Amino acid sequence: MNILVFVESADGKVKKNSLEAVAYAHAMGGNVTAIALGNVDKADLGSLGTYGAKKVLHAADAKLNQGIIQAYASVIAKAFQDENADVLVLADSSLGTPVAARIAAKLDASLASNVVALPDTTAGFVVKRSIFTGKAFARVELTKPKKVIGIKKNAAVVSQVGSPCAVTPYAVPLAETDFATTITSSEKATGEVLLPEANIVVSGGRGMKGPEHWGMLEELAKTLHAATGCSKPVSDMGWRPHHEHVGQTGVKVAPQLYIAVGISGAIQHLAGVNSSKCIVVINKDPEAPFFKAADYGIVGDAFDILPKLNEAIKAAR
Amino acid sequence: MKILVCISHVPDTTSKINFTDNNTKFDSNGVQFIIGPYDDYALARAVELKEASGASVTVLNVGLGDTEPTLRKALAIGADDAVRVNAEPADSFFVAKQIAEHARSVGYDLILMGRESIDYNGGAVHGIVGELLGIPSVSPVMKLDIEGTKAKLAREIEGGKEYLEVNLPFVAGCQEPIAEWKIPNMRGIMSARTKPLKVVEPVAVDSGIKLRQFELPPPKGAVKMIPADNVQELVSLLKSEAKVL
Repeated sequence: MNILVFVESADGKVKKNSLEAVAYAHAMGGNVTAIALGNVDKADLGSLGTYGAKKVLHAADAKLNQGIIQAYASVIAKAFQDENADVLVLADSSLGTPVAARIAAKLDASLASNVVALPDTTAGFVVKRSIFTGKAFARVELTKPKKVIGIKKNAAVVSQVGSPCAVTPYAVPLAETDFATTITSSEKATGEVLLPEANIVVSGGRGMKGPEHWGMLEELAKTLHAATGCSKPVSDMGWRPHHEHVGQTGVKVAPQLYIAVGISGAIQHLAGVNSSKCIVVINKDPEAPFFKAADYGIVGDAFDILPKLNEAIKAAR
Repeated sequence: MKILVCISHVPDTTSKINFTDNNTKFDSNGVQFIIGPYDDYALARAVELKEASGASVTVLNVGLGDTEPTLRKALAIGADDAVRVNAEPADSFFVAKQIAEHARSVGYDLILMGRESIDYNGGAVHGIVGELLGIPSVSPVMKLDIEGTKAKLAREIEGGKEYLEVNLPFVAGCQEPIAEWKIPNMRGIMSARTKPLKVVEPVAVDSGIKLRQFELPPPKGAVKMIPADNVQELVSLLKSEAKVL
């Protein structure tokens, strides 16, 4: 089986979720080729060999420095054919998911996103995907010869299985029509742990009483190397930017640890966090519905508990 | 300007999910269905564009007869006419193919839908429609303004957003805060009854997905409460019991 992995990058570095995609492909057992587009650090690409890639293709054309959905889909679909690939694996993301859709249409491939575990190939090719925003799973068979799989965070364990590999330049003619969309500018938080990739998330709700109190959450997040998130009302009121909104219509996270402070736990918020391994809820209302979905709970004043928790974690680490 | 808004007919976000027939069928018993929340944002933006510049808004759903109340609601919110493709929405590719087929026959300047449906969360229909029609697709779009034959968009990316420009026609998968959800008023509800709702038969699609079985996550264990004056205990439980620190 030949597996192609689309490796996403940000600021010239391979994204963490893409390492999971490489590890997933390696665990599937097969010949793993990774492809990266645009400006990506060569050493970083070579290190993909450590996680299971046999070969790395690099389409370094400067026109690919920006993630244009159409252009990315064309380049990756072409590589899929050139490499005689059977399966494309990528990490679901704001770029990966829409790109996967176009590739599947180009290749006439079976497509599954939000895949949470390795495929079962004992009879057919069956993947388990998360549906109903984390409230259920579906086992679906991918029946076409070509397959495109988008994996959800934590679908694979990243481990060192090999040594760095060669990076081969991948030259591909780019069609002008694929660049009908132009990215004029972007805004991005720098130096923070990105919410969808974070292993630990510290999230605040209306119980934080105002944006001026976020420093306390940020302190805790810093200690834990965590990302900060928030509930929908907090983002709606403009206390925090929309990309930090965790929930049904915001970011869905799947960290090892989710700490919710002053969030009551509306079902729409739970939909964004139900893939977390462990949930801690801190709320002054003992009746907050979030406690029912939590592993550990503390009833009390967040402003009192947060600094103490921060100190206790610092001391324990 | 002609706008097509594609909507999904999905269980309300507060629904409890159950399956029947040995976990091969969704149990719609007692479930209330709504316009997909992301599709609702797309529809709201389309209606805003109509109010601002006189566009026409057609709303489309791929579904059996039971989805018609959902389509009527979209008409009540402000769409001018509705199309129902009379078929069970088998998978993303099936739905996208039906949308592309209809869109090709009419010719829209703008095709909007939610970034994903909240039942199967595929997030793929907009991309496949774009590919089938040979036009750009952008998702997840959180801001959309039309200036002549061009659109200015903001797309959410991890940790921020990027601003894009694209010529019409194109497909957008939408999300908040592209517009405020609209609640139908009485006049809208009355007029929705007489707005045209056309039923068309689906085109055949060679599906690449076969459902084997649904599965529910294991039930959550009981929460362990820790006294507020003993955060040390929480830290040691996170370390030794949950093993997440």
